[in-house]
Amino acid sequence: MTSYDIVIVGGGPAGLAAAVSAKKAGTDSILIIERDKELGGILNQCIHNGFGLHTFKEELTGPEYAYRFIEQVYDLGIEYKLDTMVMDISHDKVVTAMNRTEGMFQIQAGAVILAMGCRERPRGALNIPGYRPAGIYSAGTAQRLVNMEGYMPGREVVILGSGDIGLIMARRMTFEGATVKVVAELMPFSGGLKRNIVQCLDDYGIPLKLSHTVVDIEGKERVKAVTIAEVGPDMKPIPGTEERYTCDTLLLSTGLIPENELSRGAGVEMNPVTSGPVVNEVLETNIPGVFACGNVLHVHDLVDYVSEEATRAGENAAKYVQNGCKDEKEGSDIRLVATEGARYTVPCTVNVSRMDENLTVRFRVGAVFKDSFVSVYFDDERVQHRKKRIMAPGEMEQVILQKKKLADYPDLKTITIKIEAE
Amino acid sequence: MYDVIIIGAGVTGCAVARELSRYKVNVCVLDKEEDVCSGTSKANSAIVHAGFDAPAGSLMARFNVRGNEMMDDFARDLDIPFKRNGAMVVCIHESEKEGLKDLYDRGIANGVKGLEILDREQALEKEPNLTENVVAALYAPTSGIICPFMLNIAMAENANVNGVDFFFNTEVEKLTPATCEKCGQPIWKIRTNNGEYKAKYVINAAGVYADVFHNMVSEKKIHITPRRGDYCLLDKTAGGHVSHTIFPQPTKFGKGVLVSPTIHGNLIVGPTAIDIENREGINTTAAGINDLITKAGEHVRNLPIRQVITSFAGLRAHEDHHEFIIGEVEDAPHFIDCAGIESPGLSSSPAIGEYVAQMLKEKMGLEEKENWIGTRKGILNPADLSIEERNELIKKEPAYGRIICRCEMVTEGEIIDAIHRPLGARSLDGVKRRTRAGMGRCQAGFCSPRTMEIINRELGIPMEKITKLGGDSKIVLERTKGGA
Repeated sequence: MTSYDIVIVGGGPAGLAAAVSAKKAGTDSILIIERDKELGGILNQCIHNGFGLHTFKEELTGPEYAYRFIEQVYDLGIEYKLDTMVMDISHDKVVTAMNRTEGMFQIQAGAVILAMGCRERPRGALNIPGYRPAGIYSAGTAQRLVNMEGYMPGREVVILGSGDIGLIMARRMTFEGATVKVVAELMPFSGGLKRNIVQCLDDYGIPLKLSHTVVDIEGKERVKAVTIAEVGPDMKPIPGTEERYTCDTLLLSTGLIPENELSRGAGVEMNPVTSGPVVNEVLETNIPGVFACGNVLHVHDLVDYVSEEATRAGENAAKYVQNGCKDEKEGSDIRLVATEGARYTVPCTVNVSRMDENLTVRFRVGAVFKDSFVSVYFDDERVQHRKKRIMAPGEMEQVILQKKKLADYPDLKTITIKIEAE
Repeated sequence: MYDVIIIGAGVTGCAVARELSRYKVNVCVLDKEEDVCSGTSKANSAIVHAGFDAPAGSLMARFNVRGNEMMDDFARDLDIPFKRNGAMVVCIHESEKEGLKDLYDRGIANGVKGLEILDREQALEKEPNLTENVVAALYAPTSGIICPFMLNIAMAENANVNGVDFFFNTEVEKLTPATCEKCGQPIWKIRTNNGEYKAKYVINAAGVYADVFHNMVSEKKIHITPRRGDYCLLDKTAGGHVSHTIFPQPTKFGKGVLVSPTIHGNLIVGPTAIDIENREGINTTAAGINDLITKAGEHVRNLPIRQVITSFAGLRAHEDHHEFIIGEVEDAPHFIDCAGIESPGLSSSPAIGEYVAQMLKEKMGLEEKENWIGTRKGILNPADLSIEERNELIKKEPAYGRIICRCEMVTEGEIIDAIHRPLGARSLDGVKRRTRAGMGRCQAGFCSPRTMEIINRELGIPMEKITKLGGDSKIVLERTKGGA
């Protein structure tokens, strides 16, 4: 069986950044396995700009951002396989993959970095009533058709869900001459970035209807009309509020689901809130030597954060293999708990002995909070209390934990993050 | 002129076609849709019922029990996935126990083998996720699960290989009786949107439209109501929630909302039973879905309904007397009904095919072909192979090394096979029903563009003309402004 020190599953932004950092950290034997015909992942279809403001201090398109990393992969001589599907990852890190030229083959990995990204929630998972004609696409599928294949999925569009891809596609379809009639969002707030609502909807006069959902789809062969209705606090449609839109296309941007079938198969413990692996301060899962980063771990809104997280996963994986494929840590793990408005944290545990000087803990809130405080408690003691003018589920939040501060709390059991009114 | 024209390429029409293909007889099948298995046959519970449900002496009972008996050989010969997982009718009130006994007695009278009445403990031992409220259950070990698409497609392919013609997108508009100029026998002129066909015999296997055609030719009218059934299909992670097919006690609206594993490892929940007017009314409704979720929960505990990956609706061809109508129409010679084929229609289809073919054999004096091919090989599933076998295959056919559908792990090789085999797929749904590409948890979000490219390449259909399910169901409408 062939072996590599590090096998990276996925050649999108997370996989690329992880590969580059692992290589720079001194590990040479690295293989990226990518199922598509080129590196770059979903960024290849994100031809709009706005990527890289944090990482490169300039505004890039998706493919340009990806190429900054792909170039490094080339320059550093990192191996990769394209058009290759990982079929299975075993608990002891044997990766089974397949492609047209090599058939099915197995690789023994010293460490595995999970970087498979996420997929879109389909219509079926939403139980939207009505017919099942052509003309219903997840926003990302429509994005691929328009931006990569060069075809228009439709001319008159209704969008359900205000996730970022849906917002971006509202503008993109408008550019291509389609009419986007309305964006309906089930929740009383958008799941997308504020800047996308302004730049993709407001600038083009596309109405966003919060607390609305699709209650009927007409058309047996191709979509003919979509009916939306307002929902009450119970999320159920309110009779009498129905509005019918004739259209030929319904795009869905109703959430992203980390793609963890392989992780589950390997026995990786999952966090039901994020649908991603439970990881510790070095982004390692419950299986020693299996790391996770990017959207497979939790859905990010900015690729810059993906790259940052993946860079750490790459360094940590390199450290793990250079240490003879052993974890080295002292003392016990501190549990991280999200509560009262905070939905989850990544990571889920911290071991002080091997954390970085500053550890970024990312989390999301469950509702819109105005003029509220992000608070961090070390057991019962409040140690951070930071006011934020606005927090929304669509924007990822963070707190920084300092190693030297934690050193003052040797018996600390639990770090709690919560949102407080005052 | 054809000897026999079959209207409808669903399970019934294709079962008759396949059985008739044994004989030296000129047969064709007409269907208004673009593919076989496009109506009632594609949206049902996918169960091969044991046969305890239908009244003793009915055609439903007779063909169900016979169809069930035939299914092992049938599935083996035609390479269709089929498993006898057993069914349980769950009784949750002491007062209903008597009904369970009636069902048992009916089953015995119908000739169903292996029936047992289980007490609460026995039932829970067999199926731990039954509701706490279970008081007894009827166990039917011969009940099975099957892929309805494969059953339908396999019968059609096998009929086609043995010389039966299929004409799709061909909608029958009018049936006119006439007399053969040569032999003086009654014949039928069949006007369609694609020209006129003539046949000595017509088989009416038109599902929810069977009454329309019957009533065109007969004064003794029949009436079929499209009875809609909504379903939810759950992810494979939920597929093991129950191992048997779990029914409530039947009512006058049918067998009720069942919960069952599917042959491919998903969990299916449904159907509702809602009588409607529209024969094309396969839209789900919020009320329907809510209703079935509530009802399913009455017999199975902790149903992981959040794992739903799709919901859909099918129409049963419910005849007013809830009975199959099979046979030559009294006042319309050479017109043979297979009407009112609702549940257990799928289970009964091999037996109906056998019966109708036998009837025609006698009426027409048909002789058997010497070179009839009775078996068919399905699309190869590489997942059944060892790594070594798989690599041999990929060396010969590299397309088997490329995964197109990531959820169901379907390779390009399987999709190419589905397109080029007899009566091959021409649409995304055609590929889906033959290979399962697009049937998994992402519901074709990932594979649609890739499958379209393969259809485009293999059949030369322009991307803008590729459809989901024929007709106007185009996936993309035109090039983008900058598109090459």
